[in-house]
Amino acid sequence: MRAYLNGALAMTESSESTPNSTPSRHTRIVRASHWIVTLSFILLAFTGVVILMAHPRLYWGDTGNDLTPALLELPISRNYKHGGWDNQVAFFQGESSPVSANRTFDIFNKNGWGRSLHFLAAWFLVIVGVIYVLVGIFTGHFRRHIVPRLAELKPGLFWHDLKEHLRLRIRAATGGPQYGLMQKCSYFAVVFLALPLVVLSGLAMSPAITAGYPVLLRVFNGYQSARTIHFFAFLILLLFLLAHVFMVIKSGFRRQMRGMTIGDSHEN
Amino acid sequence: MKTDELITRRNILIAGVTAVGGLVLTSCSKQLPPTYGNILRMGDTFTYAAHQALIPGESLVKEYSHKDISSFPATGTTNPGDPDKPNSSELYRNLQRGNFADWRLTIEGLVARPGSYSLAELKRFSARTQITRHTCEEGWTAIGEWTGVPLSRVLDAAGMLPNARFVSFYSFDDWVDNIDMLDALHPQTLLAYGMNGRDLPVAHGAPVRLRVERQLGYKSMKYIQRIVVTEEFNDGGKSGNIQNGWAWYVGI
Repeated sequence: MRAYLNGALAMTESSESTPNSTPSRHTRIVRASHWIVTLSFILLAFTGVVILMAHPRLYWGDTGNDLTPALLELPISRNYKHGGWDNQVAFFQGESSPVSANRTFDIFNKNGWGRSLHFLAAWFLVIVGVIYVLVGIFTGHFRRHIVPRLAELKPGLFWHDLKEHLRLRIRAATGGPQYGLMQKCSYFAVVFLALPLVVLSGLAMSPAITAGYPVLLRVFNGYQSARTIHFFAFLILLLFLLAHVFMVIKSGFRRQMRGMTIGDSHEN
Repeated sequence: MKTDELITRRNILIAGVTAVGGLVLTSCSKQLPPTYGNILRMGDTFTYAAHQALIPGESLVKEYSHKDISSFPATGTTNPGDPDKPNSSELYRNLQRGNFADWRLTIEGLVARPGSYSLAELKRFSARTQITRHTCEEGWTAIGEWTGVPLSRVLDAAGMLPNARFVSFYSFDDWVDNIDMLDALHPQTLLAYGMNGRDLPVAHGAPVRLRVERQLGYKSMKYIQRIVVTEEFNDGGKSGNIQNGWAWYVGI
């Protein structure tokens, strides 16, 4: 850890001293956490879809099940619109009474290993994510490279950068943390908005954690809303991943990969 | 040799995380279930240790109001008396015919007064009614009103011995599961005999099911037949969750 901090400090300091002449490199902590989080995210995405396949229906509020209407039903797995409920019994008098019904079919369900692997990967994401954020704050990595400067946050500049991207006029890679405005904004949104949202909405689905910290259920408007938000936050992260990989390829794949792995983007 | 150095650094970080995990796990290993060396189970155990450290032990789950009661799917075994289904029980079928008048819940193991309770005897304990959310591991949820006796009262009456650490449950449909003392003595952990103001329906675990509100639905075992208090962790063998690939602790 100490070696990491020292390394990170040394790297950011060197980039600070020569702001424009030689481009700075990705620090070791950035490179290591980048790939650990990438691997965790891929595992989380894969197991998350496996878990969702057991019940591919999304709801809003606290409750939702096969006997209540869905907000959205995803056409994944044979559990999609799987009928077969019998012995329907009303709990109370009256037509609008909630009911009980027995499921008569075997569903697709791989959640035994799916959920355990999901949480194992989540531990890596959360622990490495917290280390990355703390190091990023204390070394000034975020201030220097990620948080857009006030002078940059002008609609004109933003519009210009967006148009350049849409026309696929992509700047050549530097292989280091010299980011454009759109890049800063998207990295900022992923690190400080989308990833915290996906983690917190995940925690809001835990019966034990919400017993201790009921504020989570209030913030997300109930368990099923948290589950739906968790899914859409994942979709945003997935879109980011695809756009990110596309941009890495367009801006010089070899140089970018050298920059994010061995930390030296200069080809010998 | 930059490449070599990078690999070393990355390994240091992974090793560091593993070491921290290992330290946390060993420091409180006396309270933890076995992992069988399975890496997935180690993650579950890490979650269990983290929950014990970070969540106040007595915190209650949210209780809802009567208007929040929702439709409630019955899944898994929906009638252990049905001879055409797997895990069917002739004993249960006979008890069901007598409207569970002859049903008795056995309590044994590390208790001063082992014995059994009829349904009427369980109903003589002061009852608790709570409207809570059932969170199924599949992803669906349902809200129901449960009436029953808090497990802690029955354990008190049986005189639990000081070295007791786990409470195991055996069901008519051949499941074995257990919970730790934190959950067993939790005020919302019930032996429930009523649902939504009526007797517990067969589909939902009649005559008595467990409610473990701070874990996923499958810990709230239906069709309870026998309770055994132990000091050693009992994985339930082929009838338990762990050997069937399911996590033991699912506070999640």
